[in-house]
Amino acid sequence: MSIDAATAHAIELRDVRKSFGKSEIIRGATLAVPAGERHAVIGPNGAGKSTLFNLISGRFGVSSGDILLDGRSTVGLAPYEINRLGLSRSFQITNIFHRLSVFENIRCAVLWPLGYKYSFWHSLAKLRDARLRTEEILELIGLKRRRDEAAGMLTYAEQRALEIGVTVAGGASVILLDEPTAGMSRSESDHAVDLIRRVTVGKTLIMVEHDMSVVFGLADRISVLVYGEIIATDLPSAIRSNRRVQEAYLGSHAADAADAAASQVRA
Amino acid sequence: MAASHRTLRFAPLDLGQWAAWSAFVIALIVAPLVFHSSLALTVLTQMGTIIIVCLSYNMLLGQAGMLSFGHAVYVGLGAFIAIHTMNAVTHGAFWMPTALIPLVGGFAGAFFAVLFGYVTTKKSGTTFAMITLGIGELVASSSLMLPEFFGGEAGITTDRVIGKPVFGITFGPQIQVYYLIAVWCLVCTAAMYAYTRTPLGRMANAVRDNPERAEFVGYNTQRVRYLVVIIAGFFAGIAGGLAAINFEIVSSENVSTVRSGAYLLFTFLGGVGFFFGPIIGAVIFVLSFVMLSEITKAWLLYLGIFFLLMVMYAPGGIASLIMINLRVAKYGKFGRLWTPYLAVIVAGIPLFLGIAAMIEMIYHYQLDSANGTVAPLFGLAVDTATPTPWIVAVVLVAIGCVLMRHASRFFKRHWDAAQAEIQSAIERSHA
Amino acid sequence: MERALEFFVISLLNGVSYGLLLFMLSSGLTLIFSMMGVLNFAHASFYMMGAYVAYQISVWVGFWPALLIAPLVVGAAGALFERYALRRVHRFGHVPELLVTFGLSYCISEFVQLIWGRAPVDYRIPAVLDGPLFTVYSSAFPTYRVFMMGVAVLMLIAVWLLFTRTRVGLVIQGALSHPEMVEALGHDVPKVFMMVFGGGCALAGLAGVIGGNAFVTEPGMALTVGSIIFVVVVVGGMGSLAGAFVASLLIGIVQTFAIALDYSFVTLFARAGVVLTPDSFGYPFLKLTIAQVAPILPYLLLVLILIFRPRGLLGKRED
Repeated sequence: MSIDAATAHAIELRDVRKSFGKSEIIRGATLAVPAGERHAVIGPNGAGKSTLFNLISGRFGVSSGDILLDGRSTVGLAPYEINRLGLSRSFQITNIFHRLSVFENIRCAVLWPLGYKYSFWHSLAKLRDARLRTEEILELIGLKRRRDEAAGMLTYAEQRALEIGVTVAGGASVILLDEPTAGMSRSESDHAVDLIRRVTVGKTLIMVEHDMSVVFGLADRISVLVYGEIIATDLPSAIRSNRRVQEAYLGSHAADAADAAASQVRA
Repeated sequence: MAASHRTLRFAPLDLGQWAAWSAFVIALIVAPLVFHSSLALTVLTQMGTIIIVCLSYNMLLGQAGMLSFGHAVYVGLGAFIAIHTMNAVTHGAFWMPTALIPLVGGFAGAFFAVLFGYVTTKKSGTTFAMITLGIGELVASSSLMLPEFFGGEAGITTDRVIGKPVFGITFGPQIQVYYLIAVWCLVCTAAMYAYTRTPLGRMANAVRDNPERAEFVGYNTQRVRYLVVIIAGFFAGIAGGLAAINFEIVSSENVSTVRSGAYLLFTFLGGVGFFFGPIIGAVIFVLSFVMLSEITKAWLLYLGIFFLLMVMYAPGGIASLIMINLRVAKYGKFGRLWTPYLAVIVAGIPLFLGIAAMIEMIYHYQLDSANGTVAPLFGLAVDTATPTPWIVAVVLVAIGCVLMRHASRFFKRHWDAAQAEIQSAIERSHA
Repeated sequence: MERALEFFVISLLNGVSYGLLLFMLSSGLTLIFSMMGVLNFAHASFYMMGAYVAYQISVWVGFWPALLIAPLVVGAAGALFERYALRRVHRFGHVPELLVTFGLSYCISEFVQLIWGRAPVDYRIPAVLDGPLFTVYSSAFPTYRVFMMGVAVLMLIAVWLLFTRTRVGLVIQGALSHPEMVEALGHDVPKVFMMVFGGGCALAGLAGVIGGNAFVTEPGMALTVGSIIFVVVVVGGMGSLAGAFVASLLIGIVQTFAIALDYSFVTLFARAGVVLTPDSFGYPFLKLTIAQVAPILPYLLLVLILIFRPRGLLGKRED
């Protein structure tokens, strides 16, 4: 239950652990993201970033620890329950409804939030609010021209944009984006960053990313996940010069070199 | 009314929505006037019922991605409840017009779907398929244990002429039964079509395409699947009620796994990707059972082979074959396909004749040998005891195989070329 | 007391032999499913094919050649099907794969009827194995049942050794979880799939050879056994061999015991001095004896498992 709604963070992780069999993937992750913040999670490959996302979104259950959404524990809840509480996520591998059109994809994402639930007595064509909201999102993600195309037929970048659209269409207040610019060219990435900035206005964003320019361009704060633990959470500039982070990414020799180069520049 | 947004890629369907529905209604009304033999009437009546069954089955298979081996349970139990109701009405227990009996069947189907669906929808995918098989066998095996309800080996009979005629209609004559079924068929088809355009109908599609994503947009996929089973069970039960009225007998065969398999087979043959596919499947269903079975004793084997070939080469069924050819025609590329199609047909003839000859001869050898070894084959009298016809058959098959290899390559070349041209035309229009 | 013990022991032995036969079938099904993700709807049809082919060979030559040849024939048929039909359909997804095996089961059933007719065929137990091996009190236990159990156990040990001790087995185990990796290492994974599918079918065929003459050999045998092995696989837990083993024995023993028990609620109430008549409430259900209910017991077990333990007896949690 909500301890203190006024100061509850949008997302809070308290010593979250996750083991698959004998291997402990997440070993005590602790994090607090205030509402409205754009937060990036970075870390070397295999650190457990996707697993962390899967835990927060309810795809997997935690082995121990607590996850709170707006002060309310979501441990043990099914993904759809967590989604209904206001958290939405995108996937690393594009996860859309490939046989439905672009328009239908977005519309599916707005049906529950608009309260239509399992209705089989409403005619979709007559749902004005669903249609307007869908049009809004289509305009936002720039896929209006492709609205009637089957989602499976889009280009990779278009599918990624659709993925983001489906994620935010429902009006969730906490958005998780899993490597949104993976596999994109420089210009496609820039477009995507612009899109992400527009769709997350007023929302809490948590993003896993490898592309450092994207991270430093978007994030208010950055957390670094290494071997299942969050070793640092700070402003981008502080992270950049954080010794432990440099070691984790570059190894201690290279971190020494980076230090030396940085101090030379300052000198 | 807000403009509805079409998601269909093929224009012919887009333009012809009204034309298609009108044609359907007209066909229903006019069919028995055109085909007025009593055999034709039997066939048309059964088609009306099976159309509802196959459409309801496709709510599960094509629209929600749920492969069920136990659909006959809902059709059959609907039929049983309907027939018991009719008997109760005949004995004066309460009043119910015959025309509303299918609704009783529908609610029965929905009731059992609530009951069994709770268990079956706990899993999805292939596990769901196996569970439906188990539940189907459960009900089918129970049929012998409860003769009071299932009527044992003989089944339950009834008389559909109940009480006084209303506006002169007793439902005694077959033509009256036909129009009753035609009305229900139209109503149910329209309802099932409307369902595809509702939130639940659309989310069922979403669950089919990507159940995980559906969860992450706020839907409990298990609940969606459960509701789809219930609604499909409702329509299946209506069809069962109509069957009870039509045949005036229901037996354990109506809930058998063999029946479920047949519904699956013919719905798939018709095509699961388009709304009208199961209608085609239902038509083929009845024609095969009533007429193909008269032509050859091996008709089930032919069907099985045809089904296998469909799964391997055209998994979208006959409906998809129609639609992709219509698409080619829409782009004006059909002209180049006449010759390749002809080539495939010409190559197919000896192949088909050879295989059919062998099958028919084996059948005759096996089952009719008491009547002598001479079998009627395509109008010829063939002595199956001599080696000649067998050698001819084998040669035909060999020739057919060789010809088919060449013809199919020839066809594929032209087909791929046509598709490429269409693709570039589409890209040009997008640029 | 002696009679009860006698009944118990005989029924237990019969139940175990039937359960082992079920395991021979469900293990092949589980292996194919675990490795290829394909649920082989035609698995019981290969069982039936094994019985019929063995029948034919035993009519021409004898039982012992049939024991060797029939499984090979069935295995070859399975491998051919995998190579030319199943492989084609693989890229369409799991539902078309299941449908193509469904179509195959249909065709095999019709084909068998085409060649051997609709009536059961007289597939006999060889004379040397016919007759009792030992007696428990006054009941004789047939030699052939012991033979069946022996063949089943030997076969399972052989398969286990193949998997764990040979190079081929290691490759199969690898392909089970990481087919792409195994292929990258240079192994011909499609060929491995073909061999596993063929092997699974050969196993089913062997079960048909030894089961067809102990039980009945007729065109309907595939359907009855088929639905039961699906129940076994779901109850045991999808993909779990140990689960299939436990579930097979459980169902085999429970069904064998049930068929012999003539008690119903009516007899139970009668023992307590309460006489029920056809007018009593629920009489149609209460008068059913356990023996009459026996055919649906596996399916009732399925329903119970799905309600109370959906992942199966020994299944893994993540479905």
